[in-house]
Amino acid sequence: MREFQFARPGSVAEAVREADPGTAFLAGGTTLVDLMKLEVMTPGRVLDINRLPLRAIEATGEGLEIGSLVRMRDVATHTLVRRDYPVVAQALEASASGQLRTMASIGGNLLQRTRCGYFRDVSVPCNKRRPGSGCPAVGGENRMHAVLGTSDSCVATHPSDLAVALVALDATVRLRSRTGERTISLRDLYLLPGDTPHREHDLQPGELITAVVLPRLPWASHSIYVKVRDRQSYEFALASAAVAVRRERDTIVEARVAVGGMGTRPWRLAAVEAALAGRPATEASYEAASARALDGVRPLRHNAFKPELMRRTLVRALLELERTR
Amino acid sequence: MPVVTQSEGMSRRELLSRSGVVATAVATVPLIGADALAEEAPGEVGVRMTVNGTVTPLTVDPRETLLDVLRERLRLTGTKKGCDRGQCGACTVHVDGERVVSCLTLVATLGGARVTTIEGLADGDRLHPLQQAFIDHDGFQCGFCTPGQIMSAAAVIEDGRARTDDQIREQMSGNICRCSAYPGIVAAVQQARKEMR
Ligand SMILES: Cc1cc2nc3c(=O)[nH]c(=O)nc-3n(C[C@H](O)[C@H](O)[C@H](O)COP(=O)(O)OP(=O)(O)OC[C@H]3O[C@@H](n4cnc5c(N)ncnc54)[C@H](O)[C@@H]3O)c2cc1C
Ligand code: SF4
Ligand code: FES
Ligand code: FES
Repeated sequence: MREFQFARPGSVAEAVREADPGTAFLAGGTTLVDLMKLEVMTPGRVLDINRLPLRAIEATGEGLEIGSLVRMRDVATHTLVRRDYPVVAQALEASASGQLRTMASIGGNLLQRTRCGYFRDVSVPCNKRRPGSGCPAVGGENRMHAVLGTSDSCVATHPSDLAVALVALDATVRLRSRTGERTISLRDLYLLPGDTPHREHDLQPGELITAVVLPRLPWASHSIYVKVRDRQSYEFALASAAVAVRRERDTIVEARVAVGGMGTRPWRLAAVEAALAGRPATEASYEAASARALDGVRPLRHNAFKPELMRRTLVRALLELERTR
Repeated sequence: MPVVTQSEGMSRRELLSRSGVVATAVATVPLIGADALAEEAPGEVGVRMTVNGTVTPLTVDPRETLLDVLRERLRLTGTKKGCDRGQCGACTVHVDGERVVSCLTLVATLGGARVTTIEGLADGDRLHPLQQAFIDHDGFQCGFCTPGQIMSAAAVIEDGRARTDDQIREQMSGNICRCSAYPGIVAAVQQARKEMR
């Protein structure tokens, strides 16, 4: 690990005042400490933000506001999250391990880095880690990589399960920097790789996520997260689906659909949502709508199975959701 | 963004270390926060944590992990280093009663924390119910993963939500056993769960 300066700011104002472009915030450390050991991340300064008062979960007029330092486990077990947004609780319960969920914060979860093996190995090139050095994954080992939103520069998957559920719900994030506060949609936080895969987020240097807001959406109580992986637990997604459906009797009125394990960022599927709206809630409708998930996919050498796995995962999520009614 | 990419971070730090100004830079930038750390040597952090009931004041390099400090400095070698990357669970200990992987925990963050390791579990010569249950059910072969399994299981039982074998397996999935003693581990957790209630 490279040397860094360490400090524990006591307030949000102090944290953002002290943060400069070479600074990393330390929350649970389950991404940051790992990547500092690998020397993939080499901040000159680390600010431990765990003393900041960002640990509340509050119901507001807008929805449910969750402080960025609330731990994954504490969001997953919260009564209102479980009742009103089961897709969020399920996505978190299917993430990482009990130890890691106890340690990791939701702010850090949303900013975790890709698990691409080349990104994690400083002895090889990688455009995300070292811009312009090349992308060994395009022609190399790419079974876990993305099929949506890729570019010739980078095909890395965004690994967060939580982000997939939150994107389906149109969640927003509250940000704080030296220049003030702003709130943006989580979807806009994530950038496509394009020619600049090292630019992952629309965050200013030293900008802090202070909270995540789940908007009020009464029918999100009818939602589900289904994750398919190489082993049943403690593994990243090959394919995952976050689905919420508003039904009137046997007709789907509206739906929210996002997928994980597929995209270079958490991927909302507007075409599938449109194809579900107004259709009868039957397996045939689910099959037909899920086919629209394949629009624009770009499979790689080792992950040609992914588009079909995504389609089937979506159908399974819609069927399982129906059973929970 | 708070994320330092390899290119930015490396070139800047390489430059600094090649010109030999790292120490100076560290020494002259004032540390912030309520813990006045001025007494420590440049770049070091003073931490007072309680380890298995004993108040333990330490001065650490901010890079030191709890795992390394437990094993190398406090000679508490019951906690094992498997992957050192948060992937295997062998290094599981409790911080303030919650299970964490000590290989991804920086000691510099633990001021005032209460740490419990496998050495702190038994009551004198009387084994903890989980330790006895692992023996009763052959919950191990080589034993390397066992301290982590037991610390993890203690937290799972304390939490109280896992009751069925499947729920225990799911809650214990962060502890890998290369000897695949899983059936014995689940049986041991079930036995201890009943005894510890
Ligand atoms: C073995 C293993 C398995 C895993 N499996 C899964 C999985 O199945 N699904 C899944 O979704 N995740 C998985 N993860 C990833 C894990 O969920 C993340 O590492 C964790 O959520 C990161 O949160 P943290 O608080 O520890 O972040 P940290 O490591 O503290 O920070 C991560 C990044 O975010 C920045 N940051 C943190 N908080 C803020 C903030 N409030 N504002 C601005 N920047 C901030 C940090 O500077 C850093 O760059 C796994 C991790 C491991 C090690
Ligand atoms: S896919 Fe992206 S992260 Fe992986 S090697 Fe290529 S550029 Fe790097
Ligand atoms: S040594 Fe810490 S999880 Fe493997
Ligand atoms: S007993 Fe050998 S690794 Fe678990």
